[in-house]
Amino acid sequence: MTGTAVDLIWLAPALALLGFVLNGTLALTRPNAKTLVSVIGAGVSLAAFAVSIAIFSAFAGLHADEPFVFRYWSWIPVGTLQIDFAFQVDQLSLVMLLVVTGVGSLIHLFSIGYMKEDPGYARYFAYLNLFVFFMLVLVLGASFPVMFVGWEGVGLCSYLLIGFWFTEEQNANAGRKAFIMNRIGDFGFMVAMFMLFWSTGSLDFGTVFTHAPNALAAGGRTITVITLFLFLGCTGKSAQIPLYTWLPDAMAGPTPVSALIHAATMVTAGVYLVARCNLLFAMAPVSSAVVAGVGALTALFAATIALKQWDIKKVLAYSTISQLGYMFLGVGTGAISAGMFHLITHAFFKALLFLGSGSVIYALHRAYHHTHSHEDAQDMRNMGGLARYMPWTTASMWIATLAIAGVPPLSGFFSKDEILTAAHARGHADPIWLVFWGLALGAALLTAFYMTRLMLYTFHGPNRTGEKEQAHLHEAPWIMTGPLLVLGVLSAAGGLINIPELYHGNAWLHHWLEPITQASAPLLPAVHLAPATEWLLVGVAVTVALIGIVGAWRLLKPEALVPARQAPEERGFARVLKNKWYVDEIYDALIVRPLVWVSREVLWKQVDQRIIDGAAVNGAARGARALGWANRWLQSGQVGIYVAVFVVGVLLILWRATS
Amino acid sequence: MILKFFWIFGFIAMGSALLCITRKNPVSSALWLVVTLFALAAMFVLLDAQFIAVLQVLVYAGAIMVLFLFVIMLLNLGRPGPTDIRGPLGLLTATVLAGALALQLRVLSESPLPSSIQLPPGAITALQQQQGIVGAVATPLFGTYLIPFEIASVLLLAAIVGAVVLAKRKL
Amino acid sequence: MLLSPALFISAVLFTLGVAGVLFRRNVIVIFMCVELMLNAVNLTFVALAQTLGMGGQVFVFFVMAVAAAEAAVGLAIILAVYRHRQSVSLQNMNLLKDG
Repeated sequence: MTGTAVDLIWLAPALALLGFVLNGTLALTRPNAKTLVSVIGAGVSLAAFAVSIAIFSAFAGLHADEPFVFRYWSWIPVGTLQIDFAFQVDQLSLVMLLVVTGVGSLIHLFSIGYMKEDPGYARYFAYLNLFVFFMLVLVLGASFPVMFVGWEGVGLCSYLLIGFWFTEEQNANAGRKAFIMNRIGDFGFMVAMFMLFWSTGSLDFGTVFTHAPNALAAGGRTITVITLFLFLGCTGKSAQIPLYTWLPDAMAGPTPVSALIHAATMVTAGVYLVARCNLLFAMAPVSSAVVAGVGALTALFAATIALKQWDIKKVLAYSTISQLGYMFLGVGTGAISAGMFHLITHAFFKALLFLGSGSVIYALHRAYHHTHSHEDAQDMRNMGGLARYMPWTTASMWIATLAIAGVPPLSGFFSKDEILTAAHARGHADPIWLVFWGLALGAALLTAFYMTRLMLYTFHGPNRTGEKEQAHLHEAPWIMTGPLLVLGVLSAAGGLINIPELYHGNAWLHHWLEPITQASAPLLPAVHLAPATEWLLVGVAVTVALIGIVGAWRLLKPEALVPARQAPEERGFARVLKNKWYVDEIYDALIVRPLVWVSREVLWKQVDQRIIDGAAVNGAARGARALGWANRWLQSGQVGIYVAVFVVGVLLILWRATS
Repeated sequence: MILKFFWIFGFIAMGSALLCITRKNPVSSALWLVVTLFALAAMFVLLDAQFIAVLQVLVYAGAIMVLFLFVIMLLNLGRPGPTDIRGPLGLLTATVLAGALALQLRVLSESPLPSSIQLPPGAITALQQQQGIVGAVATPLFGTYLIPFEIASVLLLAAIVGAVVLAKRKL
Repeated sequence: MLLSPALFISAVLFTLGVAGVLFRRNVIVIFMCVELMLNAVNLTFVALAQTLGMGGQVFVFFVMAVAAAEAAVGLAIILAVYRHRQSVSLQNMNLLKDG
């Protein structure tokens, strides 16, 4: 259609799908062909990334204002509803495309080393490729249903990959929990889709966003309900309050999976959705406030839990939830580019953090394997002082930690600061936003604190792994450390893509996304901050970050830690934090147990056994038997009865004849 | 006058029919049936069917009922059997069904005949005076209905053979 | 003139015959009730012959012939059955139920 590389947009997901088919076949037929699987798995991912770069440069060269929609076939033509399987190439989807394929490829490379010993190697790469395929369908979809196909697909792959080692019941449960909670969110997505179709008559992005301002009253009830239901889907997929509890449990999957799915890509799908529908959210200020508020609250809430987690991956999981809250705060405020900016930088440093922790866990695993020990390789109380054994990992992770804490001039500083500034600015028009800003600032303080805590306990201080294991601790192979370094560079320099004008930067991402946000810009309150205020806010954010880091360095004593097996129980408020504010237990008592009770006592015993089995099935049998018994008399051989029936027949004939 | 006699014989017929079906003793039933047949014969006479009346007495009452009595006595059924009449349930069923049937027949009998095929009153009497009583029956019998007549004789032959074969002790 | 009473009486006799068939268990008595029904029909035919022509009386002729044949054969059957079952009660003649 355009005559450029942009037409090849179908190639990126097709490559991932090809990888899935090939690796899947290998998994079933020759699961030990690990080299071949690695080549295919990582190969398609890198190829997809190369294609994405080509498409991106071609698109940039076209300077297009309108998105390109490629329709491949007519999927659901029903009456007035016409849904095609179509991809949309525009500024927003291209940004996501690059992130998914780029960070995805690095994680594929890392996985080659990490999963080397695993017997399910081929299956792993098959699922990983399938995930990339569905994620690309999600971000490239040109209509809500196609996006929903990707949405559901990544949920499926998440389930498959979380429960990758499904022989452990805990892992299978985690996968199931993730899937079910996502389903609740998906219900919201679907209801929103139905309502959108009913109000605007279409489900294609282009048509919906053109018709929405005419068909729906801004600030009205319908648009608010639609956007709230959309956000319900986001809370499920992106682990915000109240549907976030699956993400910490999802750490049961392999660490690269946590890096890819639960840090960089799948969980950001919710942010992408809000960004894509920014016009709808701008039309519903109440929903925007809800989005921002829930995001800010989740950010703070998850950060408090992270303060007292001992499993290194759980800390990062709660950190992810917290940072996603930041992103929602950004897009809820209307600062789409700020939210997307943080999405990109977060993908860099969070993937780095997860992969780094993967290296650490890998090292500890190997050490324990050598000494035949069964200690927990993920508990920070079993780590410590690893800096002298794993220098490259330590350095990369420090870069990521400083980035996530918001220390200038790393990428996280720019993205976080822009969100905070946007929230504060909107607070001048609407005071509730100042509350959100305050919550986010508190979360920033805690983020810096717990990340420093993580680094302190893992890499510094005395080593608690054990005398015999220390001899076997060393850096991970280069196939794993290489991606760490690449991500380290990106985490450090990633801010360059969107340096605000305050620092005389070109705000490239902001301008790049303008065609996406221009429709909603008139609906948002226009607030301009004086440069002095902006500098003040920057100063406050940096100060908070530094307080967090220095505070953790001074207050926490890694020397006082003991290995996990001998560690004392937490007490008091610390215990509440460690047990995640008992939210899981509350959900269990309020929702899960009543549901199970209803299912067992009512639905099974009463409805299924009594009514369906008893009345319907057995009752039908009994009825048939009764009918048969009644009919037996007609053929009893008693002539008297035959005569009586005969007379009845005659009567009937006479009756019909005379009436 | 004729009407009065007709009704007298009618009541006799109905009464003895009722008695026929309610007697326990089969012989009594048979004899009451004979009374009914005689009353019917009288009614036939009053309806200008004298030949048929005589036939009724000769064939029905004289031959068929005698045959019935022969068989009853042959099988030694002169005494009433213990379960010859059905119980109250049977009585109820019989009453209900018979009553319904009676109602239906009343409705049927009250429907008027189509006038196009009706003969003028007294036509039969005139015919009988013309051809004689037997002749009035014989003319259509050997004329229009000749073939059924012949077939009826074959039927009677078949009946004779059948009855003889069925009643043998050893075939 | 005599048509209505004749039809009435005929209806009553026929009904009584039906009641008798339903009411009795003795096969021979049931047979007699069937004869009663045939006679009721004969009465109808004869009564209608007055208005509709001699065909009525001819038909009665045939009915009687058939009744005679039927009585002969029927009673022969009853005799044969009696020899097997030693009973003329309708209750015992229920071979139709099997098969």
